[in-house]
Amino acid sequence: MPLSAPSAAATVVASGAASPRPNAIRTAAGLRFCGLRREALGLRSSPQAVAARRSVAAAATAGNGAAGSGGFDYDLLIIGAGVGGHGAALHAVEKGLKTAIIEGDVVGGTCVNRGCVPSKALLAVSGRMRELQDEHHMKSLGLQVSLPGYDRQAVADHANNLASKIRSNLTNSMKALGVDILTGIGTIVGKQKVRYGKVGFPDNEITARNIIIATGSIPFVPKGIEIDGKTVFTSDHALKLESVPDWIAIVGSGYIGLEFSDVYTALGSEVTFVEALDQLMPGFDPEIGKLAQRILINPRKIDYHTGVFASKITPAKDGKPVLIELIDAKTKEHKETLEVDAALIATGRAPFTKGLGLENINVVTQRGFVPVDDRMQVMDADGNVVPNLYCIGDANGKLMLAHAASAQGISVVEQISGRDNILNHLSIPAACFTHPEISMVGLTEPQAREKADKEGFEISVVKTSFKANTKALAENEGDGLAKMIYRPDTGEILGVHILGLHAADLIHEASNAIALGTRVQDIKFAVHAHPTLSEVLDELFKAAKVKAAGVSLSVNEPVAA
Amino acid sequence: MATAPAPFSLSASTVPARLRAAAVPAGARGRQPRRGRMVVRAKIREIFMPALSSTMTEGKIVSWAASEGDRVNKGDAVVVVESDKADMDVETFHDGIVAAVLVPAGESAPVGAPIALLAESEEEVPLALAKAKELSNGQPQQAAAPAPAEDALATPPPPPTPAAAPAPVSAGTKGIASPQAKNLAKQHRVDLAKVTGTGPYGRITPEDVEAAAGMQPKPKPAAASPAVAAPSAAAVPQAAVLPPVPGATVVPFTTMQAAVSKNMVESLAVPAFRVGYPIVTDKLDELYEKVKPKGVTMTVLLAKAAAMALAQHPVVNASCRDGKSFTYNSNINIAVAVAIDGGLITPVLQDADKLDIYLLSQNWKDLVKKARAKQLQPNEYSSGTFTLSNLGMFGVDRFDAILPPGQGAIMAVGASKPTVVADKDGFFSVKSKMLVNVTADHRIVYGADLAAFLQTFAKIIEDPESLTL
Repeated sequence: MPLSAPSAAATVVASGAASPRPNAIRTAAGLRFCGLRREALGLRSSPQAVAARRSVAAAATAGNGAAGSGGFDYDLLIIGAGVGGHGAALHAVEKGLKTAIIEGDVVGGTCVNRGCVPSKALLAVSGRMRELQDEHHMKSLGLQVSLPGYDRQAVADHANNLASKIRSNLTNSMKALGVDILTGIGTIVGKQKVRYGKVGFPDNEITARNIIIATGSIPFVPKGIEIDGKTVFTSDHALKLESVPDWIAIVGSGYIGLEFSDVYTALGSEVTFVEALDQLMPGFDPEIGKLAQRILINPRKIDYHTGVFASKITPAKDGKPVLIELIDAKTKEHKETLEVDAALIATGRAPFTKGLGLENINVVTQRGFVPVDDRMQVMDADGNVVPNLYCIGDANGKLMLAHAASAQGISVVEQISGRDNILNHLSIPAACFTHPEISMVGLTEPQAREKADKEGFEISVVKTSFKANTKALAENEGDGLAKMIYRPDTGEILGVHILGLHAADLIHEASNAIALGTRVQDIKFAVHAHPTLSEVLDELFKAAKVKAAGVSLSVNEPVAA
Repeated sequence: MATAPAPFSLSASTVPARLRAAAVPAGARGRQPRRGRMVVRAKIREIFMPALSSTMTEGKIVSWAASEGDRVNKGDAVVVVESDKADMDVETFHDGIVAAVLVPAGESAPVGAPIALLAESEEEVPLALAKAKELSNGQPQQAAAPAPAEDALATPPPPPTPAAAPAPVSAGTKGIASPQAKNLAKQHRVDLAKVTGTGPYGRITPEDVEAAAGMQPKPKPAAASPAVAAPSAAAVPQAAVLPPVPGATVVPFTTMQAAVSKNMVESLAVPAFRVGYPIVTDKLDELYEKVKPKGVTMTVLLAKAAAMALAQHPVVNASCRDGKSFTYNSNINIAVAVAIDGGLITPVLQDADKLDIYLLSQNWKDLVKKARAKQLQPNEYSSGTFTLSNLGMFGVDRFDAILPPGQGAIMAVGASKPTVVADKDGFFSVKSKMLVNVTADHRIVYGADLAAFLQTFAKIIEDPESLTL
């Protein structure tokens, strides 16, 4: 899943600051937030709502909805069958909408075919290799392992097989629900009207009451870089693992670059990072970034150049290695030429929105991204909402993560079904699957401080080390840190950042708390099984000092089940 | 670490006593530099590993915020230290130039140990570097670095100039070095400019740097089949493991077998040689027939004879423990190899030269009983100074034995067989004759020593009355 441009993190912040925070719950009681607990809101279900839910249930059992009313072919047409489109389609069927999805390539999109999924397969291999190679670690556990090795093709096959399997799971799940899967490139030709078909042969025209654009993104390659797919390549090629170079330069040290550095160093490559910003891993909370550098960069076969652009990259040819010309990011002066065996371009991702026919409806993309409002409704060149047209996922650039796209899709379907919904992007977790993993939700410490200064409230930070966790020590994996940024006056959780064993799985307790508006003073009474890694978060919650008097009632109320 | 509590301050001090104390181990290196040190003392400060918590005994350097050659000001964070509890930024108390980092990032140092030297001005930097060299030679190195002190002796590192601190982004040198090569060069203070690259496109590889630092290259993960060694034999430098034989049954060593294997492999490090000697045993056999009813065995007779001979040739009873000296044993303890079910053990007849054969026989009986029951105490099988191995009872006429570790010689005794011999007057007769073969460590026992010992031994056997005394 972590396929986000470095810029994405910045985007999150901007949109996060603008979007209503959970405080808004009280002011706009009518709004329904994604997954919001009704008890917490103090709302009572109206008889109408109950009835509506019943009818939805009836429709859901009938599979894909009946022919759309008002003469439309479909209630909902989704362009792009990636994780975002898939999530939206499934939810739409549940809501009784007649749904179709257009896919020009393969179902599953980037995540399943060229992103999170195959990369997790490679990282599963790298994690084990790393463990087996760490003699010290093994010895301290009392294990003896002779020189571990690997079969590159078998590793590559594992990644490829996993992608195929998930792809067929996704396809089957949509087919089983009766979602029409249309093949081809979709182009919006007018209001609620789409043509699709093979490139250059948009033979079929269909209409839909609502349209969701979910066309995703492709790897971004800065100019001056020549991709040959063999020695200079993007994540698309790298995931096929056609070679394991002795020395690979990774341009960009965000999620993608970091994960690939984990894979390549475990498989024996040496890595050189080229990062345009002044520090590695921009976008992470600085403290986490600092520790990540100590754990994931410094002890490994990695060096780095920061504050430089790769102005020109020439693939290996005519007996010469890959040449990378570095220029100073600020002065643009030539600094150095690197000679390496391969270069992976991980400078982020660019939206894939060409050929969508947006000009037909007076929509102008911004750097390729489709402009949307908080409800993912597409905005036209004049800043007005284009009715019945939505854009989710990487194509809108709000938060370039697969699960964010899916969440946005579900939010849109909720709106289409008549229930207003605004997705709280600050509750969407992100994870980087290095060894150990990094995960985060909400604001970083500097972002939180900035917001606190602006809005005039205090923030507090609590931290705990994985060294203090029994399970982590049992695994001999004490490296790691978890921190939580919260408001001592209200107990609101602003952000949680974890670097450590299984951090990606641990973050959800925090992201759910943020999504549901659970306060620190409430969640600290929740019980965690001992000994588990989840106690890392328990430590944070218990260490937090909240000035707010008393415990809010929701926890003390008996839960009516 | 914006929210961390006020950063700890370094205990940089100018206390001369401390400096002198640190320099003591290096003091033997020569008196001359001492003068210089007197002058230096005031201007060069050591940065010590701070105690970050009450329970902290040593700290690991996570990273150096300042590198060699950097000018630092009082209050600057210069190093990040990981204690048993947390990571801390550590500040310096003084202005100055970081002249030498003594403990590189990733390594540990005990609390109070110097981890870097701070020079007050540029002029003091070379002096500080000289001091750093002394310290690193005298100071016991951390386990993390495989004895850099030795590396330093093997290849004296060029005095690193302040500017030579290899920053991640180094100016474009001619020889391109891979990331790991750069890391290693920094760690082992190897000047990359002096390393010849052997990698692709003339690149400096990690192996090149290791070679320049005088290190043994680590074995590459080759296509070796998994070597499953018994835990106790893990330390043995195993020879190349052969590919498994299809259909064969693999039975792992028992602890005893593993110990035997370990000893046998270790013996390969000893330069051994063998000397054989024929001995007429008619009189010994006569004696044996006489004492047999009293419970005396042939083994005991041979052990007693060997012990008596050893008493006259102490060098054969000696051992070479460090490759540099003779270790003369005060006792003569004869270890006797005994085959027991599934193994081999060497119970020891202690003070075999002093005790009489009847007492020895009694001891031997006890030892064998214990050995069969696997109840021998360590001093009952490991205190031997000379070993006797007798296969004569099986009809073996001659064999040679492998020297056990920690002993100077081992005697292999064959069967005594009737042989036609001619005496000095030319008369033929049939005598019982046995061949003994002694294997000895040639570092301490020479051919003539062994020959003389065997001569004495033969005399005792051929005129065995002394054995009963």
